[in-house]
Formats: sequence, structure tokens, C-alpha cells
Amino acid sequence: MATGQAQKLAKWALMPSVAALSAWAFIPLALTFYFAFLRYNLQDPDNTGWAGFSNFYYFFKDPFFIKDLINTVLLVAGVIMATVVGGVLLALLLDQRFWGRGIVRLLVISPFFIMPTVSSLVWKNLILHPVFGLTAEIQRWFGFAQPFDWFGKLPLFSVGLIVAWQWLPYAALILLTALQSLDEEQKDAAAMDGANRFNYFRYIVLPHLSRPITVVILIETIFILNTFAEIKVTSVGGFAGNLTYLVFSQLNDANDVGMAAAGGLIAVVLANMVSALLVRLVGKNLET
Amino acid sequence: MARAQSPRRTLIFTLVGWTVGILMFFPIFWTTVAAFKTESDAYSLPQNFLTTPWTLENFAIVQERSDYVRYVINTTLLVTLSTALALVLAIPAAWSLAFAPRAESSSRLSGWAWIAIMLAAAGVSFVTLYVNDWKVDNFVLGVVLLLLVVAPATLWVWTRNTSGTLLWILSTKMMPPAGALIPIYLIFNRNGLVFRDWGWINLSDFNLMDSLWGMVPLVTLLNLPIFIWMLFTYFKEIPVAILEASRMDGASLWNEITRVLMPMALPGIASTCLLNIILAWNEAFWSLNLTNKYAAPLSFFISEYSSPEGQFWAKLSAASIMAIAPILIIGWFSQRQLVRGLTFGAVK
Amino acid sequence: MKFTRFIVGALAASLATSVYAETTLNIATVNNGDMIRMQKLTDDFTAANPDIKLNWVTLEENDLRQKVTKDISTKGGQFDVLTIGMYETPIWGAKGWLVELNGLDDPADILPAVSGGLSANGKLYAAPFYGESSFVMYRKDLMEKAGLTMPDAPTWDFILDAATKMTDRANGVNGICLRGKAGWGENMAFIGSMANSFGARWFDENWKPQFDTAEWKDTLNTYLTIMKNAGPEGASGNGFSENLALFQTGKCGMWADATAAASFVIDPKASQVADQVGFTLAPDKGLGKRANWLWAWALAIPAGSQKVDAAQKFIGWATSKHYAELVASKEGWANVPPGTRTSLYANPEYQKVPFAKMTLDSMNAADPTQPTVQPVPYTGVQFVAIPEFQGIGTKVGELFSAALAGQMTADDALAQAQQYTTDIMTKAGYIK
Repeated sequence: MATGQAQKLAKWALMPSVAALSAWAFIPLALTFYFAFLRYNLQDPDNTGWAGFSNFYYFFKDPFFIKDLINTVLLVAGVIMATVVGGVLLALLLDQRFWGRGIVRLLVISPFFIMPTVSSLVWKNLILHPVFGLTAEIQRWFGFAQPFDWFGKLPLFSVGLIVAWQWLPYAALILLTALQSLDEEQKDAAAMDGANRFNYFRYIVLPHLSRPITVVILIETIFILNTFAEIKVTSVGGFAGNLTYLVFSQLNDANDVGMAAAGGLIAVVLANMVSALLVRLVGKNLET
Repeated sequence: MARAQSPRRTLIFTLVGWTVGILMFFPIFWTTVAAFKTESDAYSLPQNFLTTPWTLENFAIVQERSDYVRYVINTTLLVTLSTALALVLAIPAAWSLAFAPRAESSSRLSGWAWIAIMLAAAGVSFVTLYVNDWKVDNFVLGVVLLLLVVAPATLWVWTRNTSGTLLWILSTKMMPPAGALIPIYLIFNRNGLVFRDWGWINLSDFNLMDSLWGMVPLVTLLNLPIFIWMLFTYFKEIPVAILEASRMDGASLWNEITRVLMPMALPGIASTCLLNIILAWNEAFWSLNLTNKYAAPLSFFISEYSSPEGQFWAKLSAASIMAIAPILIIGWFSQRQLVRGLTFGAVK
Repeated sequence: MKFTRFIVGALAASLATSVYAETTLNIATVNNGDMIRMQKLTDDFTAANPDIKLNWVTLEENDLRQKVTKDISTKGGQFDVLTIGMYETPIWGAKGWLVELNGLDDPADILPAVSGGLSANGKLYAAPFYGESSFVMYRKDLMEKAGLTMPDAPTWDFILDAATKMTDRANGVNGICLRGKAGWGENMAFIGSMANSFGARWFDENWKPQFDTAEWKDTLNTYLTIMKNAGPEGASGNGFSENLALFQTGKCGMWADATAAASFVIDPKASQVADQVGFTLAPDKGLGKRANWLWAWALAIPAGSQKVDAAQKFIGWATSKHYAELVASKEGWANVPPGTRTSLYANPEYQKVPFAKMTLDSMNAADPTQPTVQPVPYTGVQFVAIPEFQGIGTKVGELFSAALAGQMTADDALAQAQQYTTDIMTKAGYIK
């Protein structure tokens, strides 16, 4: 922008948002930092004081800490992988012409609008319930007397399934939009050259999709890193919890603010590591 | 499309496409079915799908048990107000980032110097706290300590180069909410960190808990990063030359923004608002923890049906349908707009 | 001018209403059947007290506990009447967080075990709305089919044997349904009281956790074995509510759970097996303790509330004999909140209710001060009345739930429970 006045104004125009966001990010962070070194149990709030690093020490010693840390990463990676692969396939399908494509598009995007609490409750009860659920009914129909217990035997997978169901439409429709922006002429040229389908996909479609795939990864990471409702509602916190859930449980079940704050800080560190990773990934692919 | 497609191919894709679409939609369809069955029939689906009667009683029970209309009003207020507030904050920010980009930091200090300042500030507050036996009973001390930590960080972010600021904005969205819960809870609370009797001023009659005064700013801030990013990508697509041309014609900055920029960016603003509406509608973590009744939105309403006594699927399904139907319909009508916005400018 | 007059009128009107100040009571309550019923019957109270308005905040059990705990410990003052249990009341009462209740209807009539559990330093801090113990509900028809008769006071051996014999998975019948969902008020309420009957205890007299003892190992292994052989699929997700649904739809031969479930399983509108249900005491192992707990949901007033008088009045009404009669006249004696008053069990009308005697016997069989065979430093049957227990109980519950789901072995679960509990007790300063 040319004029100095506008330049100056632009600088100040940024201020309200930055101030609001940094208040939102740093005030709780500062307080969390403070609490993390404090002896502070909600059931015994008057007995506070310097706790040293004991909150961190005992948070690391929690029987679920390592597992939940791994679960956090697995959930993000697994869901992203599933939705990107599924999304590409779905996008290729929806890019074809067929009868009622508009309606199918509406059906496919619907899960994206559903509240996480609602979708978890519905999947847990109506669909995956091992006694009354639909999948149990189908298994019995095929002659299994003892239907599969999804949340008991494959808890992380089941949670991932719910999360992936909610995010697949997002990936699919972004990639579809990208596919549709592929030049018609390019398509025709490829057809003329007699490029086989695989090569066409490999050398023309995939490179074209790399930018939107980056966006999908970025946005999904942001949201799935802090998956909470799906784990709480399906009550698999004990065997497929993530870091967010562990911190929540430390606060709401054990009422230990100090330890929850220590866990919160660890989660912040993890989030920063992931975001640093993303910055590298995005920086390369999303130069504006 | 240029090429013709053989009818056989179309038929195959029709079959496959519809199968996939129905599978994706099936859980929602199934919930709808259960919502119209009696409680015990809902438990023995699907065998009696067609043979058992359909009923509306679940909706009546849900309305009687928890006043649905009030939750809808709360949600609508929360969603509209937070979207409006986000617009006010995000448009100037996105405009600034898109049309006055900075390649370099505008401060003379290097990144390391900023980090040193922040660490020093943190160290000072740490020592102060230690000396005070980890208690903060004084309003002024509390404010000073917070400013000591927050102000350098804010200034640093504010003066960074554009891509740095943008990425920082997005990274605030990654903060684990569970870590911030107790601080926010204590800030919102009566007799908490802010609204208490400080001696020279008594604030203990106020609080933000279970009130839209607290929830609206909070939900705004939750979604502000995404909001700014989306607007930024839209603004970025508008050629600067057009804006400059209007300035040559003598348009003031105000006119430049309202008469030239806004009309061109309107579709982008609309789809940004749509996404914000959907995210705000479905927000659950904070509303479950910070509201009880007066500001409780639909995500709170549905939690009442998560595990009542005995058989509850029909009531749960009815409540679910009531909670998602409005946003689902809005989403359907606006999906083309919305999807374009969600690409974050990655698709030109 | 018109506008000014309007403003003046509005001001006058608002002044007038503040003269006849309505007191609004914010009541935090749990979303179970008895509490919902009370909300429908409050006209009786508001008719007699037109100046008091009731504002209900109904929450799911865990959410309620978390919100109320946070609110009272930070003096948030969001609620004027709290619904709390036997775990919180003595802890909070001793801290001075609750107001002593003095507006109750005939407090001497309250069952001694219940009022003892809701007192601190000899003062009553919460009024029981309903009390419960646990017992065994069973299907008479399936018991007969298996060729067995349920004794009045079964042993664990009998229950194990019967559960296996009643199981008929091809027809969707599981011998026994037990809680498996993690939580100190869910699976640990059951496993904790089961452990008492096996002679196990949470802590020894020096607050040393006892999960490394043979009694706990025996408890957990028995629990896992019976659930494997005769339990429903997905038991690790089943709490009270899920098991109730299973039992009502005829999927369980036996169900050991709260006595408060009785009125739901014999309700023909909700239960498909209503006319086939029998009740018996919780099992024992010949060690002198039965596997039954003691719990009461009670109403209390947080200290610092501005509306103590109105709250006292309301609690007095909700826990009165008059309220019991009101429910009986509207919905029948079976739906009266059980387990709080001696006079209720002396009432010949109430004695006709099939589960009345068994409930009273079960409640009398539980002793919070002497919950298990060996001496303990704590009070509470299925819980330990110390602030740290909520966290410990939940974590141990998660470990046992994971063991039930087959995610870890019983030995692992016990070892980790021992380690975690030792850590937390050390951190809190019980173990020096």
C-alpha cells in the first residue's frame, strides 16, 4: 500500500484483534503457569503454596500419561490419513457425472454440520452399541451370537471412526472444489495423449491437489488435536483418552488444579511442537 | 464437460455415488427414525422398522422436560452476536494483513531480544510471586503481574512480519482448552480472580458465569483466528490495483473500503460468517463448563440426554434432531458458498 | 410526554415488584427420575410460598458433581440449594462450606445410617432426598428355568454358579449384569462394595493402599471371570443407566445394583420383565460383610447464600413426610423417594411395595464406620471420605474398566492402581 497514512492505519487496524487474541492466549497461559507450581486442590483451596515441580513429576507418573500422549498423536494422524485418502476417493467419485449428484453432495456434507456431542451419542448408542446397536443387529443376522464390542475392544479406532465421519465431508468437498478447478483442456489433453488413468492421476491430479491437501491437514490438526467431546461422551477416557482428556479428568475428577495446570502446560508444549511442524509444512506449500 | 459419458458408466457411478452418500448420511437418518418411535421400539430396531407405529411423543416429552425454545433462543443470540463481534474485529485485521503486508518485523528488536524481554518479565513475576508466598491478594499487583507477562508478548506479535502474525493467530486456535479452563473459570466467577471485593472497590456482585456477557466474547475469540484467516485469503484475491485506482480517483480510505473493497469481498465475508455460525452453534466444551441455564446453548441441552435412567434412545434421538435440524438446514442451503470459503484460498 | 409517562410507569412497576420481592432459588439437581418427579410437583410448594420462585438446573450426575464442587470451592454462589451425596457432605460440612439445616420435618425420623453419613461434628448438613443401598435383582422365570431357587441371603458362590447357568447367549440372555463404566460412583461403587465382602480395604490404618493384597486380587479376578462367563458384551461401558436398559429389555438374568432401581424394573410401562422380578440381599463370602453400599442424594445449602431462609423452607418441604404422601397420592407408593425415613417403612401401605423390606434390610446391613472386615482409618462404604478419593476412585475405576475390556491384565491394573494411589497419597501428605 502506497500512502504512509494508510500504512499507519493498517498497523493500528491489526491491534484490536491481536490484543484480544493475545489476552485470550496469554492470560490463561500465565495463570496456568502460576497454578502449575502451586499446591491447589479445589476440595482444599485454603491449603496452597509453592509446590515446586511435584505437579509435573506426578503428572508424568500418571499411569495413562504415555499412552494418552501416543493416543493424541495417533488420533490426529489416523483421522487425517483416513480423511485425506477417503476424501480424494470421494472427490474423484463426486467429480463424475451421475444422476442426483447434487443430492448426494448434500448427503455427504451433512456430517460436517453435526454437533460432536450429538454424533458421539448417536454412534455410541444407536450404531455401535454391542447389544442394541445396528452393527450388533447386523452381526447377529450373520450368525454371531456375541457381537463385537467396539468401544471395549477397539476404543481408539471407534473414537477415530466418529471423528473421521465428521471430517471426511470437509476433506472431500475441499478436494472436489480443487478437482473441478482443474482445467478442462488439461483433462482433454491428457485424454488425447492417451495417458492412462493412473498416470493422469499421479502426474496431473495429485500435484494439483497438494495445496488443498495441505489446508485439510492444517485445519484438521487444529481441531482434532483437542478432541474432547467424542472421548468424554463415549466414556473411553480410561483406555483411549488423549492429553486434553487427561488434563480435564485431572481437573474435574481429581479437582487438582495444580496438576491439571502442569498437564495443560505439557499440552501447550505439544501443541507448539505440532504447530512448528505445520509451519514448515504450510510455509512451503501455502506461500501466499 | 466436453466429453460424453457412456450410459453404462453413468449408471455405475450413480449406483456407487448413491451408496456412498446414503452410507455417510445413514447415522442421521437412523436417528430421525428412532426419534419417531416409542422408547421400547427404538431399542428393537431394525426388525420392527416398518411394523411399529410412528409417534411424536418424544418431542413433547423433550420440550416438557427441558425447555427447548429457551435453548434455541440462547444459541441464536450467542451465534449472531459472536459472529457480529468477530466481523468487527476481523475485517480491519484482515484488511491490514492483506493490503499492508510486512516482509520484515517493524520493530528494531530482533526475535531473540523479544524472547529475552519476555523471559525477564516472566522471571520478575516469578520472583515477586515467590516473595509474596504465592498469593496475590492485591488488585494492582495482579494487574501489574499480568501486564508484565502479556504486554511484551502482545507487542512482539503485533510487530512481527505478516506471515509470522498470521501463523501466530492460527496457533492460538491450537491451545488446549482444558489447560485454560480453570483460569477462565476463575475469571468468570463471582469471588474469583476479578469479580471480588478488593477493598477499595467491591466487584463481588458481578460475574460472567452463565451469562451471554461472558459467552459471546469467548466464542468470538475461539473462532476469531479462523475468521481472520478466511477473510485474509478472500481479501488477498482482490487486486490491489483496483483499490489504488479508486484512490487515484480521490476516494477516501473509508470510501475505498466501504465502496470498493466490501462489495467485492461480500461473498467471502458471507461464507466466513457461515462457517463461524456453524462452529459457534456446535461449540460444546466451554458452554458445558461455563453455563447452566441462563446462557446455556443447544450443546448443553443435548448433554442432559447423554445418560438418563434406563431406556432413553428415543428421547435422545428426538433431542438430537431438535438440536441439529436448524444448523443442518442452514448448512444445506449454503453449502456451495461455504465449501469455497473452507478452501482457505488454496483453490484459485 | 407519553414516553416519559411510560418510563415512570415502568419504574413504578419495577419498584412495586421489588417490594414484594420474590426470592428465586437456584437449585442444582441431578437428572434422575425422583428429582424430575419433584420438579413436576413443586406447585404444592409454590402455592404455599408464593414469594419463592424455584429455578432448576438439572445436570447429569458427573457434570453436577463437577459444577457444584467448582462453584462451592471458589465461592461462586451460582446455586442456593445443592444436590450432593454422602461423600461430599461430611467433607464440606467440616470445612464450614455448608449451612446447618434446622427447618426439617422430624429429623429424628431419618434413618440413623443416613443421617450419620450426612453429618459432620454431630450436625446435619444435608437432608436426604432419597437413600439407597444395593441388592440383587433377578428374573424369577430364568432362575426357575435354570433349576435354582434364590436364597434370601445368597453367597458369591451361589451367584457365580447361577450366573453361569442362566446365561443363554444365543437368546440374548446374560446371567449377570454389573457396572463396568469407569468412575468412582459407577464401577467403583460396585467393585468397592464387592471388595468389602471379600475382606479387602482401600487403605490400612497408616493410609497405605492395599491393592497389592490377595483380597483385592481375588475380588478383581472373580469380577472379571463372572463378567467374562456371564456378562453382556460391552460391559466396560455399562453404568447404572445402561444396565437398567439391559435389564428392562430382558437381557439380564441378575443385576446387582442400587435399590433405587427397583421401582423402574417393576414399572410395567418401562420394563418388559416387570412381573418376573425378584429381589434379594447382596451376596457375601461368609466373612460377615455383604457387598452392598450406602448412598443418599441429599439437599444442602452453601454457606454464604443470601437466601438461606427460603432454602431452608424448600429443603424442609422436599424431604418431608408430607412430600412422600403427595407422591403416593399422585403416583403410588412405589414411587415415593425411598430410604430416608423410619416412618415410611413402618407405613403398612408402603410395606406392600415388593422391594420395601429388602431395601431397608440392605441399608441396615451397611455400616459406613466399619465398612469391611479389617479396621480402616476412613468412613464410607463404597467410597473413602477424603478429598483425594474422587481422583483416586476415578483412576482406579478406569484401570479396572480397562481390565474388563481386555485392554490390560488384572495384575497390571492392580499394580498400576497401587502405584497411582501411593503417589497421590504421598503427594497429599498422608504417607510420609
